[in-house]
Amino acid sequence: MRISRNLIPYLQVAPLALILIIFLGIPLVTVIVVSFFDYANYQVYPDFILLNYIELFQSKLTYQLYASMIKFGLIVWSLTLVIGFAVSYFLVFHVRSLLWKIAFFLVCTVPFWTSNIIRMISWIPVLGRQGLVNKSLMFLGIIDVPLDFLLFSDFAVVVAYVHLFTLFMIVALFNSMARIDPAVIEAAVDAGASRWRVITQVVIPLSKTGIALGSIFVIALVMGDFFVVKIMSGGKSASVVFAMWNEIAMLQYPSAAASSVVLMIIVTLMVAAILRIVNIRKELSG
Amino acid sequence: MSQFSYGKRPWTFYALGAFFGLFVLFLYGPMIAIYILSFQGPNGGLTFPMNDVSLHWFAALFGQERTGDFAGAFVRSFILALIVFVLTVVFSLMAGLAFRKRFKGSTFLFYMAIASLIMPGLFLSLGTGILFRVLDIPTNWYSSALGAQLTWTLPFGLLIMFAVLSRFDRNVEEAGRDLGSSRQQILWHILLPILLPGLIAVALFGFTLSYDEFPRTLLTVGPSNTLPLEIWAMTTTVTSPALYSLGTLTTVISFIAIIISLGSIAIIQRRRAGKMRGQRKSANREP
Repeated sequence: MRISRNLIPYLQVAPLALILIIFLGIPLVTVIVVSFFDYANYQVYPDFILLNYIELFQSKLTYQLYASMIKFGLIVWSLTLVIGFAVSYFLVFHVRSLLWKIAFFLVCTVPFWTSNIIRMISWIPVLGRQGLVNKSLMFLGIIDVPLDFLLFSDFAVVVAYVHLFTLFMIVALFNSMARIDPAVIEAAVDAGASRWRVITQVVIPLSKTGIALGSIFVIALVMGDFFVVKIMSGGKSASVVFAMWNEIAMLQYPSAAASSVVLMIIVTLMVAAILRIVNIRKELSG
Repeated sequence: MSQFSYGKRPWTFYALGAFFGLFVLFLYGPMIAIYILSFQGPNGGLTFPMNDVSLHWFAALFGQERTGDFAGAFVRSFILALIVFVLTVVFSLMAGLAFRKRFKGSTFLFYMAIASLIMPGLFLSLGTGILFRVLDIPTNWYSSALGAQLTWTLPFGLLIMFAVLSRFDRNVEEAGRDLGSSRQQILWHILLPILLPGLIAVALFGFTLSYDEFPRTLLTVGPSNTLPLEIWAMTTTVTSPALYSLGTLTTVISFIAIIISLGSIAIIQRRRAGKMRGQRKSANREP
């Protein structure tokens, strides 16, 4: 049987499209519908009420949670951007041998393929009261009493996020920078540009796709985080998603659904803002 | 001022080199610490110093009453990761090939894939969980969790395929067609061999992302847990180095997957380079 040539792309994307429709599209609609349902005594009743949203926006906790997540998002985003830029710049423009470039790049990416929970937990023996950092500082005589702010604090949360998510920034930035034609940089240098001007006026503009992609990943991952805030703050605070999880555990599905719809809208707006600046589709497949 | 490609190393090389070294230490230091601590003696605690060296905490993992069904969770996660990686490779390759042409809805589908990446995992987990409950289909790791994980691995696979295919020379494919190859022949003798390293990379992502996936699996897994869910349960209940030995074990599995994938890519590339050199040599000898 001959298949018409025009039909082929549709058949080829069919599995992807089906999975995205069944496990992304329909669940998304389901959550939106359920967010208008009513619930009481561990039962959910189909309805159309705005109460879940009204309660959400009237609760002070909501604003605290979002304020703290956006704060973490901004801190982690700026740290990962600076670290990611420095590391990628070093790999692309300073490491000359291709083999070393690939080797160093792999060194950066290998942890990405291991468990996030385990990588997060691994900070506990390092940052704890009896941890490596405190013991070394005390051994060196820099401090007399163990530092308490290292673990189970905002500091620990930021450290864990940076540890988990800088990879995304590096991969995205490395890709963009590696595509910059060295001749362009040579030209800028020959025309008398200083190293700093080459970075700000050539390298940064030409790696804006990478900056955008990396930023989207880091912001979406921090906003969607489930366990880092919970564990690394020692249970003192929680993320937006963890608060949702508590509601789910109490079978308050409509209320959890409403807060996840709000979270989705906020994340989408943040990403859309970045996409407005950079057209990723064009840059990726062009 | 031509330090970008040759000449004496500028001072920034050393500064950034030192920074890179610190970053690698930051990346691996804590992980290495827990691998070492997982070999604590039976009386050892969660922090240094090491109190004797033993395999005690690895043995403790397999004692049911201590840590729950670790062995079962491990087997489930492993099988699930294998299924996810095969489906991810096949579906992303197909979709990647389709995206080379303009088709109706391609932009929409692309943004849907991006949305799938940035969507909070628990959101999708919740939606799929409720959907299955409403339709009265039992959730299970091999059905609902499999689908939920694919919404995470497929967009990654697709993005890698974009990167791989953008470097692929379509003239090779055209040449095959002009010489009368059928569609199957083009796929098996031209596309697959050339794209193989990229496909292995997709496989690596498919396997490891599924094997470590947490939020999307949480509400879709049904009655039996996968390994990350088991680890999560342990972080709240187990306060012994057994937690670290579990970390060491799962990391070993991830590393085996990484070594197999990267090793085979390296072997393929070397063979190709060897072949090219051989051809060039024989071409030189001819006249």
